[in-house]
Parts: sequence; C-alpha cells; structure tokens
Amino acid sequence: MAYELPPLPYDYEALAPHVSSDTLKFHHDKHHAAYVTNFNKMVEGTELASQSIEEVIKATYGDSSKTGIFNNAAQAWNHTFYWNCMKPNGGGTPTGALADKINADFGSFDKFKEEFLAAGGTQFGSGWAWLVLDKGTLKVTKTPNAENPIALGQVPLLTMDVWEHAYYLDYQNRRPDYAKTFVDSLINWDYVAEQFAAAK
Amino acid sequence: MAFELPSLPYSNDALEPYIDAQTMQIHHDNHHGTYVSKLNAALEKHSDLQNKSVDELIRDLNTLPDAVKTVVRNNGGGHFNHTIFWTLMAPNAGGEPNGAIAQAITDTFGDFENFKQRFNDAGAGQFGSGFVWLARTADGKLDVVSTPNQDNPLTEGHFPIMGNDVWEHAYYLKYQNRRPEYLKQWWNVVNWNEVNNRFAQASR
Repeated sequence: MAYELPPLPYDYEALAPHVSSDTLKFHHDKHHAAYVTNFNKMVEGTELASQSIEEVIKATYGDSSKTGIFNNAAQAWNHTFYWNCMKPNGGGTPTGALADKINADFGSFDKFKEEFLAAGGTQFGSGWAWLVLDKGTLKVTKTPNAENPIALGQVPLLTMDVWEHAYYLDYQNRRPDYAKTFVDSLINWDYVAEQFAAAK
Repeated sequence: MAFELPSLPYSNDALEPYIDAQTMQIHHDNHHGTYVSKLNAALEKHSDLQNKSVDELIRDLNTLPDAVKTVVRNNGGGHFNHTIFWTLMAPNAGGEPNGAIAQAITDTFGDFENFKQRFNDAGAGQFGSGFVWLARTADGKLDVVSTPNQDNPLTEGHFPIMGNDVWEHAYYLKYQNRRPEYLKQWWNVVNWNEVNNRFAQASR
C-alpha cells in the first residue's frame, strides 16, 4: 500500500527557537516528502507494494539489489517517528515505568543522557541516534544513513536525526548544541513511554 | 610534527555567488579545522605515524593499527579530502576543461557534457555524506566514483584527480535539499589548472 507523508504533528513554528520553521519546512516538506515519493515509486507494481513499510524495511535490509528501496522506506519511517519524538515544551525527564527502566538499565537518567548525546555526537557522517529495547534491555545505539532498529530486530523507542539537514540552518557545525537542545527541550517523553508500554 | 590547517587559497567570498562566504568560512575553519585537530589528537601517542604525510596515511590506511584506523580514516580523510577540495576551486574559473585533461575526458567519456552528467549523477546518488571523484584507477583508466563520508579513492589504489564534496554542510546554507543544483553550479568554480596538475601527478 502506498505510504502517505504524515502531516507534522505540530505547526512549523512550534519548535522554535530550538528547531526553526525553515528547518521543519525543508525537512518535512522536501526531505521527508522525497523519501516517501521515491519509496512509493520504487515499490509500485512489485510484491513489496502490498506490504507494510515495516515489513518492507525488514525484507530489504542487507539486500544489495534493494538498497534504494531500503534507504527510502527506512528514511520515510524514521522521519515519521522522529516528528513524533518531539513536541513543543518537550524535554524534561520521563516518569513511571519508563523512568524506572532507564534507572535500572543505565544507572540514572543522566547516564542515559550522556550515552545518547555521545551516540549522536559520534555518528560519523549522516545517521541517527536511538533509544531501543533490545531483548528486554534498554540500549542507546547509533545507525548510519537510513539504517534503523527495525531492520536490526530491536524496538525503537526514541530517535534523534543527526543528518546535517536536521540542524544545519540553525546550528551549522555545532551538532553537540543541537543534540543537547533536543534532549533538554524537545523530547516528547509521553510518546516514548507509549512506545515502551506497547513493546513490553 | 603536527598536521596544520592550510589557509584557503582565496578569500571566503571568492566563490560567490556559487558558494557563499558563510559556507566557505564554516566549512574551512570549523569542519576542516576540526578534522585537523582530531587527527593530531588521535596521533599524539603514535609518534611513528606523525612523520607520515596525510597522503601516506590515507594510502596506507589498511596497514594502520586498529586503535587508530577509524579515527584516521574519518579525520585524516577529512583533512586530506578538504585540502584537495579547496585547491580544485578558484574564482573566475570553471568553463570548459583545457589541456591534457580535456583530451582525456573526451577520450574516456565521449565529451565534456557526458562526463559532467556522470559526475553529477554519482554525486546526487551518493546516499548520505560523501564525495564524488574523477579518479585514475589502478589500471590506468579514468573513472567517476563516489565514496561515503571521508573515504578517498587513494585507499583503494586509485588516484583522486578531482572531487566535489556532497556532505550537506558543503551546500546546505545556500542550496538546502537541492543537491543536484549545487552539483550543477559547482562547475562554475572548477580550477582546471589544478585538475591538470593532479592529472599529471596521477599519470606519473
């Protein structure tokens, strides 16, 4: 089935000054839209067209004859997930079962934050930083380009886009400033907690 | 001896309007500058490697100790690639190639337009960050190749004659998502004299 570009879950101005409306317009309307369009074009008329995008991501990962499909499918999915992981007046700390699990698996929220910032800061080139549930344990991971936890058999709970297009208009080369702002002011912990609850 | 960030061979605004001054300044001072300082930091405890040129480090990358291979690949590669990249551009440059490289391009790709198309397509098709190159391959032919991140054809035994940076930081402030437009406009600043110099080195 064709994958539809979802509207942003907030206004273009909603994340300013942390992420500008210019960045969101290019990022959503151009980058995300192009991945969705390319994905739909590439699977049209093939057996993959009837599968969910998650199934396509799993089926095409590591298949060198389907790299283009994988890249566009995963990037279409990653961006939809990324938009949901942010909200205006976000940040702060998680509560409830997710907070307990973070404390249990990382030692403390600060330890999680340190690992997550390091993952985002050290993903060389384009890619993503993640909080995932991997066989019952929370882990921070990083992936290059389009790669994502679904392809690797993990459950994604939170992501931060560290492709330069995600932050270059607002932060230029200062990726660590963007990453810190993302954690302190943008993460939608309610959404992350929902993913965690659904994954258990 | 520590590696040093070379000065740009022209002013930050020299490549306007095709590449803007702010992009050049951040790209050179911050991105390239950071590769140089990280390379130096990584080699602090490897005095045997400090005396090698960055060209040698990248050419011999696969023989380096595992402890420094990735950091040299990324930051040494970043230093090497950008050092080449700055010299391949110049103000009042561009246009049709001249000299020996013009003939070689015609011989290999049919004509300049075909070559440009190949080069632009490879640059647009490099998913994520990377570079697109015209290289002299190990068997002496010209070819268009692209490399991810800060990799360089030299590590694979091919000599980089000319290359364009397709990391988003090379063009995002001016062209945003329009990488193909950046690739097209870049030909207005190509320094064919330097391309000919590198072609001569490659043929030695």
